[in-house]
Amino acid sequence: MGNKTEINAKGKEKAEALLNVEDLSLSFIQYTSGLRQTELKVISNLSIQANRGEILAVVGSSGSGKSLLTHAILGILPSNAKLDGKIEYDGQVLTQKDKEDLRGKEIALVPQSVTYLDPLMKVSNQVIGAVEKGKEDLMKKLQREIFQQYNLKPEVERMYPHELSGGMARRVLVSTAVMSPAKLIIVDEPTPGLDEKTLNETLSYLKDMANKGSAVMLITHDIEAALKISDKIAVFYAGTVLEVANVEDFKNDGENLRHPYTQALWNALPQNKFQAIEGHQPMQDEVVDGCVFYERCYKKNELCSKGIPQIKKINGGVVRCNNVS
Amino acid sequence: MSNKKKIAGFIGKKILRLISLLLVVSFVSFMLVQYSPIDPVRAYLGEMAVSAEHKEKLEEYWGVNTPPQEKFLNWAGSLLKGDFGVSLIYRMPVIDVIKERFKASLALMASSWLISGILGFILGVVAGMNKGTLLDRVIKTYCYVLAATPTFWLALVLLMIFSVYLGWFPIGLSVPIGVMAENVTFFDRLEHLILPALTLSVLGVAQIAMFTREKLIEVMSSDYVLFAKARGEKGLDLVLRHGIRNVALPAITLQFLSFSELFGGTVLVEQVFSYQGIGLATVSAGLKSDVPLLLGIVLISTVFVFVGNMIADIIYQFIDPRIKQQESTT
Repeated sequence: MGNKTEINAKGKEKAEALLNVEDLSLSFIQYTSGLRQTELKVISNLSIQANRGEILAVVGSSGSGKSLLTHAILGILPSNAKLDGKIEYDGQVLTQKDKEDLRGKEIALVPQSVTYLDPLMKVSNQVIGAVEKGKEDLMKKLQREIFQQYNLKPEVERMYPHELSGGMARRVLVSTAVMSPAKLIIVDEPTPGLDEKTLNETLSYLKDMANKGSAVMLITHDIEAALKISDKIAVFYAGTVLEVANVEDFKNDGENLRHPYTQALWNALPQNKFQAIEGHQPMQDEVVDGCVFYERCYKKNELCSKGIPQIKKINGGVVRCNNVS
Repeated sequence: MSNKKKIAGFIGKKILRLISLLLVVSFVSFMLVQYSPIDPVRAYLGEMAVSAEHKEKLEEYWGVNTPPQEKFLNWAGSLLKGDFGVSLIYRMPVIDVIKERFKASLALMASSWLISGILGFILGVVAGMNKGTLLDRVIKTYCYVLAATPTFWLALVLLMIFSVYLGWFPIGLSVPIGVMAENVTFFDRLEHLILPALTLSVLGVAQIAMFTREKLIEVMSSDYVLFAKARGEKGLDLVLRHGIRNVALPAITLQFLSFSELFGGTVLVEQVFSYQGIGLATVSAGLKSDVPLLLGIVLISTVFVFVGNMIADIIYQFIDPRIKQQESTT
């Protein structure tokens, strides 16, 4: 209350970020034996920002909570999910109702595979989506333009999802987001199963969206692809963000990277050291008192096993580690 | 196009299958009747008393002592010529009996098939959309109760309530008593049809409703519905756009596959309401040892059920775009 000027200053800084996720925790309520309820925590104390005109890559192995984060932002979590923390869009805290109003209009999702298309509906109808009466012709025209731009032949319009090839499917999925006037575009795992050419093509579409002023959030486990186009990389591990680094930090032996896990990720790449580290990500039902990376960390000390490390801003990035300065 | 050719080939194959099915069914049912304690002479005579000499002549006429193989061949031979023989209880050609009775039953079966299909589908969609709510539980309970209800019992209950106590509908038969056939109006027929059709419909609802409910819940938790939600679609529009589209085809297929249960239900319902249809004729033919009629009905009902299954197959193979695609690539 007292420190108004500071709040204002903070508010201004936030307005930069189109999406601001702060201290987000997500858990699922499950019934174990009989009627005993347990809470399974899948995301904890996660903070992340996506800026207009930038691509933020969210990188992490499977099970780190990447997809669930997108579902949380879009408000499409299953009913047994419990969400804490706040999600701000354009400076405004989102309620479930806001999310329902914004999705499809302000926030768009590019899903990861063709199974996200209705198998019994023709592709063009799905790209256009549910339209208000009177706007059909306009949307149809827009869809044709986008298809042309993406090199999708007119006959693709009349195809069913199962008839699309991998590359075509990717382009169709991307075009669903381009159809909408969305400012925040969340792209879920766009790269698996794509050949080099289609991969680069897809990445260029994403870059294009960012260049037009949208904030793009690229969810992926393909760090190489992410590095090609992103501005910032958020590294996910066991349901939280360990580091947000700038793309320039990923070079040489990774000495500019702040977190040991990010360094390990970088050094695991074939063109770098091609070295894997021991161990695995803690399971979701494992209770970890200290740092989630404690078990596998080479820098760990006693402090790390007690309490989650605080977030520190270092060198234009963010890190959750006790041992960096 | 080639699609037409494919359908023709498909139907050709199906017809071959039907022929072989009919061969087996006719042989097996003939043999079953042959080794059952049915005496055509007794059946023909009924309660009439005749001399031993007379009886012997009749036995010879009915071929009681002819070997079974020869009997079967005789019967099958006439069948091929379109001659189903003469019904012993109705004293007219079997084919005419079946035609007349089937027409009456067709009205009953078609109306209850349609009503149960539409009503069941709607109930299933409503329950699936409101999964876990009171409404869903009410519909589910209703379906479970129905599924556990014997047809004839429900028929009796409805008959007691609506015909006996309330007197809204006639007690039985398919046309009014004591009215010349040419004077029977459409409304007379309708009045006699309502209660049996209602019984059959109400019972048929359970299966299709439960199936639709399950399927809709499955569809609504699919990736593509999640994505549609992420794009701002919601509520009834979402269900109509993606739910119904993906549930309708399997539901219609199931409804066509239920022809056999429909026929079975008709037999029981007609019995309770003394509705003069094919079901009642089946029971009479069985009880009064009318072998030609019984075998005729067996064959006709085989064709009936087969046609239902075939329509289901056609829908499955030629309307669903996914299956269509697979067919053309293999």
